[in-house]
Amino acid sequence: MSDTVKNTALFAIIGVLILITGIMQSWNSALLILNMGLISAIMALGVNLQWGFAGLFNVGVMGFVALGGLAVVLTSVDPVGEAWAAGGTRVVIGLLAGAGTIVAAVMAYQNLAPGRLRSIVMIGILLGGFFIYRAIFDPGVAAVEAIDPAATGFLGGLGLPVLLAWPVGGLLAAGGAWLIGKTALGLRSDYLAIATLGIAEIIIAVMKNEDWLARGVKNVVGLPRPLPYEIDLQQSATFVERAQGLGLDPVTASTLYVKLGYSVLFSIVLLVIFLMAQAALKSPWGRMMRAIRDNEVAAEAMGKDVTRRHLHIFVLGSAVCGIAGAMMTTLDGQLTPGTYQPLRYTFLIWVMVIVGGSGNNLGAVLGGFLIWFLWVQVEPIGLWLMQLITSGMAEDSGLRQHLIDSAAHMRLLTMGVILLLVLRFSPRGLIPER
Amino acid sequence: MDFLNAIVALSNFVIIPAVAYGSQLALGALGVTLIYGILRFSNFAHGDTMAFGAMIAVLVTWWFQSMGVSFGPLPTALLALPIAILGTMALVLFTDRVVYRFYREQKAKPVILVIVSMGVMFIMNGLVRFIIGPNDQKFADGERFIISVREFKAMTGLREGLAIKTTQGITVVVAVICVALLFWFLNRTRTGKSMRAYSDNEDLALLSGINPERVVMYTWLIVAALATTAGVLYGLDKTFKPFVYFQLLLPIFASAIVGGLGSPLGAIAGGFVIAFSEVTITYAWKKVLVYLMPESLEPSGLVQLLSTDYKFAVSFVILIVVLLFKPTGLFKGKSV
Repeated sequence: MSDTVKNTALFAIIGVLILITGIMQSWNSALLILNMGLISAIMALGVNLQWGFAGLFNVGVMGFVALGGLAVVLTSVDPVGEAWAAGGTRVVIGLLAGAGTIVAAVMAYQNLAPGRLRSIVMIGILLGGFFIYRAIFDPGVAAVEAIDPAATGFLGGLGLPVLLAWPVGGLLAAGGAWLIGKTALGLRSDYLAIATLGIAEIIIAVMKNEDWLARGVKNVVGLPRPLPYEIDLQQSATFVERAQGLGLDPVTASTLYVKLGYSVLFSIVLLVIFLMAQAALKSPWGRMMRAIRDNEVAAEAMGKDVTRRHLHIFVLGSAVCGIAGAMMTTLDGQLTPGTYQPLRYTFLIWVMVIVGGSGNNLGAVLGGFLIWFLWVQVEPIGLWLMQLITSGMAEDSGLRQHLIDSAAHMRLLTMGVILLLVLRFSPRGLIPER
Repeated sequence: MDFLNAIVALSNFVIIPAVAYGSQLALGALGVTLIYGILRFSNFAHGDTMAFGAMIAVLVTWWFQSMGVSFGPLPTALLALPIAILGTMALVLFTDRVVYRFYREQKAKPVILVIVSMGVMFIMNGLVRFIIGPNDQKFADGERFIISVREFKAMTGLREGLAIKTTQGITVVVAVICVALLFWFLNRTRTGKSMRAYSDNEDLALLSGINPERVVMYTWLIVAALATTAGVLYGLDKTFKPFVYFQLLLPIFASAIVGGLGSPLGAIAGGFVIAFSEVTITYAWKKVLVYLMPESLEPSGLVQLLSTDYKFAVSFVILIVVLLFKPTGLFKGKSV
């Protein structure tokens, strides 16, 4: 069986699984799985760039996904004029002061001779800068957050079309990745892992607590979207007519129409990123990356600047994750920083890449769809399994109740088992690197 | 008098909580550092191992409580601790046998082992949630305080009160005992010495006839005991919630790296460095400063450098600074 046949078969299986969901459960949930599968596939492509191409161990995917989500708010929400008038400038100046402090400290470090003087100057700059920053920044934040906190209390965004937020999400994530890569790359792989784990937690902490930025845990709801609203469709006479012509209930038809629209948009993005990743993999640049991955010392001896190359691909991969994050927030229509969990947004993506086949873009896409499907469907399957197991027990048995209630936690167990089984028996994944 | 009040306030809100938290971190970091030294990978499942151990302790404590067994003024969980340690030992030995040993024999790259430990993390996390659920569980009982605020005020006549929770006292005492036992084991016993030899130079250790599987087994046993103890102490002091243990991973790794990965002494120092920085930077200093400064200079705000929600940022920044300027950590750990 040639590779093409095998790969087509694997993707056909995913298609059939989604079709079965459509027939057995509902077409709405099937399309939801498809849409999130498309987003997961993009995230997996991003991680595959870093891990599969360059062997970089990034466990901060959640942070970059969240930055993408933040970009949606910052680009597409209308600016809150009152808040800008009250303290917007102050907040911006405060942030600039904070950034200036760090730049000054770095410059002091680079330009002064090593010694006690340098340490004292650096600590002085950092401490002094911190207090100046807080003095400018805090009143501004208080003023902004005081403006109608129940509805706004934040600066809002730029009011641009929401589709523009997707590339902006990529840029924002790339910026974050550049900062972290600049400091943590060049250290050993474990350290990069810990550093990225930390930066992800910090990004989430900032998004939860800085209410002036995106309302923190009060969430931003009702984000603009690139597709019409269901309710508008249901009121449009032509749409209702067409739906009835197809023999569909207009309400169902409108939800399906919107979801299908997202599927088309997401597929286009996935296709573009996939083709670019393929081109990159086959290009001299991709060969160089793999050479560095396989033998850093040899690549360095050949005159490759390993740390610099790592920085490139780290930024690129994170940008892809940021784009996916922005798409996901657009799909949800709201930004809820409280829902970002590392197990779901970092480690699950890793399972996708490993299961699909690290180093192979097609594999990453396949892993994204497959693992996302399982992640969604393990819960109902687990529930069914538990009911089957416990069917012999007494109706009021405490153990039975506990087992059925706990079925929801089956998905973590299942993901762990899948990851370990693949690593053990098929370490190169379903579609191995060629 | 004001000066004394300031000191009391400082110890009540900064020193005592930081010492307790530091001991918990140190125990956790010791586990991470031992795994790193002997098995040579960063164990991402460590937080969930702690959660698993603490979970067994919680369940056994409930069982004891239902039978009416108690430990007098001390928490019943201390009685449950040995059973929990045995349970965790069984679990980690089982995972080592089923999961890690295969990769050890293959001499897999450390980063592969890290990914494998991610899988183990998923499973342990799922197990804990499956058995006890994702919610907060209370299992502390016995006396709440060694000294309560009111008693302290009555005793000294100061305006500031000082409270020492029983759990804080127990944390420190248990941690000291654990660390003493560990160092005695590592420095005085044959097995401990072979562990250190294996950690220093694997090939030489193998040449001198040390059985690597035995060393690895002892390491897992010790790590299980340390992780369970740390998990139970943390759960007693704060609260038991599976997700919190996962989040502890960052400060624990920070402690181990700051101290120098692979160095037990460093792990302890690192734990306290991280704990003290977290608490001092997120503490609102107003209360202390009010006593120390003349009235005209009294601060109007809370004088809190960072809000408590950013405590992870503190461990992270310290971690980055250490990595940039002293990659082997304060106590010359490994830098493979």
